Amino acid sequence: MRFSIYRYNPESDAAPYMQDYDLDVKAHECHMVLDALIAIKNNMDDGLTYRRSCREGVCGSDGMNINGKNRLACTTHLSALKEPIVIRPLPGLPIVRDLVVDMSQFYKQYEKIKPYLQNTNPTPAKERLQSPEERSKLDGLYECILCACCSTSCPSFWWNPDKYVGPAGLLQAYRFIADSRDTESKERLSELTDPFSVFRCRGIMNCVDVCPKGLNPLKAINHIKELMLEEGV
Amino acid sequence: MVNSGLRDWLYQRVSAIFMAVYSLGLVVYVLAHPDLAYYEWHHLFTYMSMKVVTLLFVFLLLIHAWVGMWTVITDYIKPFVLRLMINIVILLALVGFFFQTILILWGI
Ligand code: SF4
Ligand code: SF4
Ligand code: FES
Repeated sequence: MRFSIYRYNPESDAAPYMQDYDLDVKAHECHMVLDALIAIKNNMDDGLTYRRSCREGVCGSDGMNINGKNRLACTTHLSALKEPIVIRPLPGLPIVRDLVVDMSQFYKQYEKIKPYLQNTNPTPAKERLQSPEERSKLDGLYECILCACCSTSCPSFWWNPDKYVGPAGLLQAYRFIADSRDTESKERLSELTDPFSVFRCRGIMNCVDVCPKGLNPLKAINHIKELMLEEGV
Repeated sequence: MVNSGLRDWLYQRVSAIFMAVYSLGLVVYVLAHPDLAYYEWHHLFTYMSMKVVTLLFVFLLLIHAWVGMWTVITDYIKPFVLRLMINIVILLALVGFFFQTILILWGI
């Protein structure tokens, strides 16, 4: 199977280039794209650089652009892809080396939405209880693994990565707004009413298309807008 | 700047709804009058209610356009002075269109 992989080492390369590898995927028992990357690194080119950890779609570290779509290398079947398999880093972020991107901008936006429970009520003796209904509001939100596939496929995020929170951050913003144990929903909403943080979303839905966990950031974004009206922030 | 994202978004939604209703109304009118000619069309705009609704339509259209243009200019024109000047020109043009509409409508 032929792979065409983006290579760039800022210390020695003047410019990025694509490098081809022909890998016998059967002989190396590769099923997923990540298996092939590991086989190439172990047998053909140990300089090839990428992030990976769990190899089962849980850690979110191997998001990359495979045949034009952002996905996790570890959950993408080789058999579902057309040859040559073109692998590039996630678009729109600075390259550290090869397929490794600098995620600082992405994390900065995540940090902005205060991704932790805030509760000003006195701490109960045991725990803050939640009814099954309240808990179910977090379904489709808490599963996010922060792989950045969505935000780096979003044209609004490419253009304003410093001001637009992006689909991943907004999905998490809504995760805490919707949480019955969080008392700062209104504060959270009013921090997002400027023209950029939320309202740069143009409903392009690239985020929904790529999310490897099948989540829907656009729906969360629309909930945020509706709540802003309801709460009159 | 604080709430302006929410406000602009609301303006665009509300104006879009009004414009859609107005446009649909006009389409229905045209379909209901297959032999529409200059006389009927002219007569339609002699009604005060039609003048007012049409002016409101143009007003909302201009607001809608302003929000859209502001967004595009903010994204594509980086130098502050140039951006400010372009925004002023656009704003003046939109205000001009509004008064032009009044002149046309009340000239009928
Ligand atoms: S729907 Fe919004 S957040 Fe999702 S890709 Fe489009 S602009 Fe970005
Ligand atoms: S919403 Fe989906 S694509 Fe976006 S960071 Fe979370 S898991 Fe990844
Ligand atoms: S290696 Fe953890 S998500 Fe792919």
